[in-house]
Amino acid sequence: MTVQPASKKPIRWHIAVFLAPALLVYTVVMILPLFGTLQLSLFRGTPEAQVFVGLENFRTLLGDPRWSASFWNALWNNVWFFIIHMAVQNPIGILLAALLSNPRLRLRGFYRTAIFVPTILSFVIVGFVWKLILSPIWGVAPSLLDLVGLKSLFAPWLGKEEYALTTLGLISVWQFVGIPMMLIYAALLAIPDEILEAAEYDGITGMAQFWKIKLPLILPSIGIISVLTFVGNFNAFDLIYSSQGAMAGPNFSTDILGTFLYRTFFGFQLQIGDPNMGATIASMMFFIILAGVCLYLFGIQTRLRRYQF
Amino acid sequence: MIYRKALMLLAATSILAGTAGLAAAQDVTLTIESWRNDDLAIWQEQLIPAFEAQNPGIKVVFSPSAPTEYNAALNAKLDAGSAGDLITCRPFDASLELYNKSQLADLTDLPGMENFSDVAKSAWQTDDGSATFCVPMASVIHGFIYNKDAFEELGLQVPQTEDEFFAVLDKIKEDGNYIPLAMGTKDLWEAATMGYQNIGPNYWKGEEGRLALIKGEQKLTDPQWVDPFTTLARWKDYLGDGFEAQTYPDSQNLFTLGRAAIYPAGSWEISVFNTQVEFEMGAFPPPVKAAGDTCYISDHTDIGIGLNAKSPNAEAARTFLTWVASDEFAKIYANALPGFFSLSSQPVEMEDPLAREFVSWREKCEPTIRSTYQILSRGTPNLENETWTASANVINGTETPEAAAERLQEGLTSWYEPQQGN
Repeated sequence: MTVQPASKKPIRWHIAVFLAPALLVYTVVMILPLFGTLQLSLFRGTPEAQVFVGLENFRTLLGDPRWSASFWNALWNNVWFFIIHMAVQNPIGILLAALLSNPRLRLRGFYRTAIFVPTILSFVIVGFVWKLILSPIWGVAPSLLDLVGLKSLFAPWLGKEEYALTTLGLISVWQFVGIPMMLIYAALLAIPDEILEAAEYDGITGMAQFWKIKLPLILPSIGIISVLTFVGNFNAFDLIYSSQGAMAGPNFSTDILGTFLYRTFFGFQLQIGDPNMGATIASMMFFIILAGVCLYLFGIQTRLRRYQF
Repeated sequence: MIYRKALMLLAATSILAGTAGLAAAQDVTLTIESWRNDDLAIWQEQLIPAFEAQNPGIKVVFSPSAPTEYNAALNAKLDAGSAGDLITCRPFDASLELYNKSQLADLTDLPGMENFSDVAKSAWQTDDGSATFCVPMASVIHGFIYNKDAFEELGLQVPQTEDEFFAVLDKIKEDGNYIPLAMGTKDLWEAATMGYQNIGPNYWKGEEGRLALIKGEQKLTDPQWVDPFTTLARWKDYLGDGFEAQTYPDSQNLFTLGRAAIYPAGSWEISVFNTQVEFEMGAFPPPVKAAGDTCYISDHTDIGIGLNAKSPNAEAARTFLTWVASDEFAKIYANALPGFFSLSSQPVEMEDPLAREFVSWREKCEPTIRSTYQILSRGTPNLENETWTASANVINGTETPEAAAERLQEGLTSWYEPQQGN
């Protein structure tokens, strides 16, 4: 009679079984298409077959004067779009959350809902509604400005090269300001009362309490929001497409990587689609987002201090 | 032997018995693929009954899909072999590609093809014009629609020359009750299609200039191609406030509500406007440079219909296509859809006065098609799409006509060989 060594752990099949459905679905709808796109960007279509060309498409995108001009224009517009969100949406979101977390504020539930509602609206509706509001012909914006005697400030913003992208950025901020607000609001509520009481005993109240106690505690949430904003902005497409069309006028001043990709991949009007160059742009978007997220994960998140209560 | 005879007898008697169900089973059913879902009623109530009455034994089903999905859906169906017998053809390259893939049949020798001019057929021919693969169905004509009541009120005459045109615009502007021109640049294509392609043919002399550009004998930087931009730039002062953000529906509404006097138009607007306006409308062709000059109009081929090369009912389908090429079809179609004009060389009687006005220009002016559509929009950058942006820029005043033309030419030269030679 030998005793079986008990050290051998049984294989825990249930983990694999439970993971399988999600992993399978994710692989089929996300990972495979991602690699499909990367693969497509290394080929070029000829009438006979797809020919492997290595990094030739990337060289065209970055080296050809026309392609690169369109690409850098779209990339810069995208960066500007991101800057607007970081500079306007997130501070306002934090401010709103700070106001909402004030226990003396009445109708908190109402404000919270009202500010969050645009987030669940469809892009198409938001684009259309704002196009109407800002319309120089039927819009309420010119008449509202007229009421306060500032009619001279009105311009057909969506049709001017210098304002169109900023205007769209602000529309997007209006739509999505609810998300940072909610996340920060949750983070603020999670701060234990003892810490705040201790701060009050030490004489830190009001604004000082926000800057010295609350803000450091919600920094991880702000980091997450920044990454979400980054990914969301560099994947953006819908709002521009629904309000400015695939040509992202005027004069491509609102063209971001998403619309550039769409036009190239699917073609537009008489332009026949070019899946290979489209995939090249999509790959560039993937690399840009990957680089941004890595920068955050390894450069910033590891340095953030976390407080355990 | 006896057995077979019995079978034949049986078959014969059943034909004699002639039940409705059996007769229908022997009919050929043709299916039409189309993006014109707006036309469903016209096909079902007017066109198909007229054809079926003359051709017993052939049934026709019109099965449209959404315009934006049509090209993709059609390609998928053709590849899978499940497409209908008759294919509604987009003009130029989209259909040419189908023909090159042998998915559209050659219709060069179809009886009835002789009813169409070369310009009419050019949208559905190989580059050398040797094979035609779709029957031209309809075209749209560019021009200007105006508010007759407003013209009477201000005592204005329909302008014949460009100077008269701008004089009229000046007067309307001076009066101040109407916006002189209802057009915006927000949607870009309005500026290119209703602007550049509308007035352009008078400058580049229609087909002459268009073909010379394709052959590489003219350049977009030549005066006849830059001047339309220069004229367009002058339009800026006559457009409504905030035209930079004015969309295509905005322009339509400004005109139909009677707030604007002149609408740079395509004839497809006629049926839409007819139901909306409460004033009388008139139309005039793009004004010429000097009185007495030959006028040129954009009579742009828009819809054709072809034969699926794999159709099992090719014989019946060709019968149908010959009917589409006939006067009878042209007459029903043109009257049901005022603004979509038959491409047949024989004049078609139409009841709508505005449509009649548009089509009457064919008699006195030389027709051409939009300059950017054939061959020149095959490469990247795409000339048609670039022209949209350029036209809007020129009207917005953010780019000079010369710079815009320069940019277009540079883009065309970058991929189009005949333009690279000189």
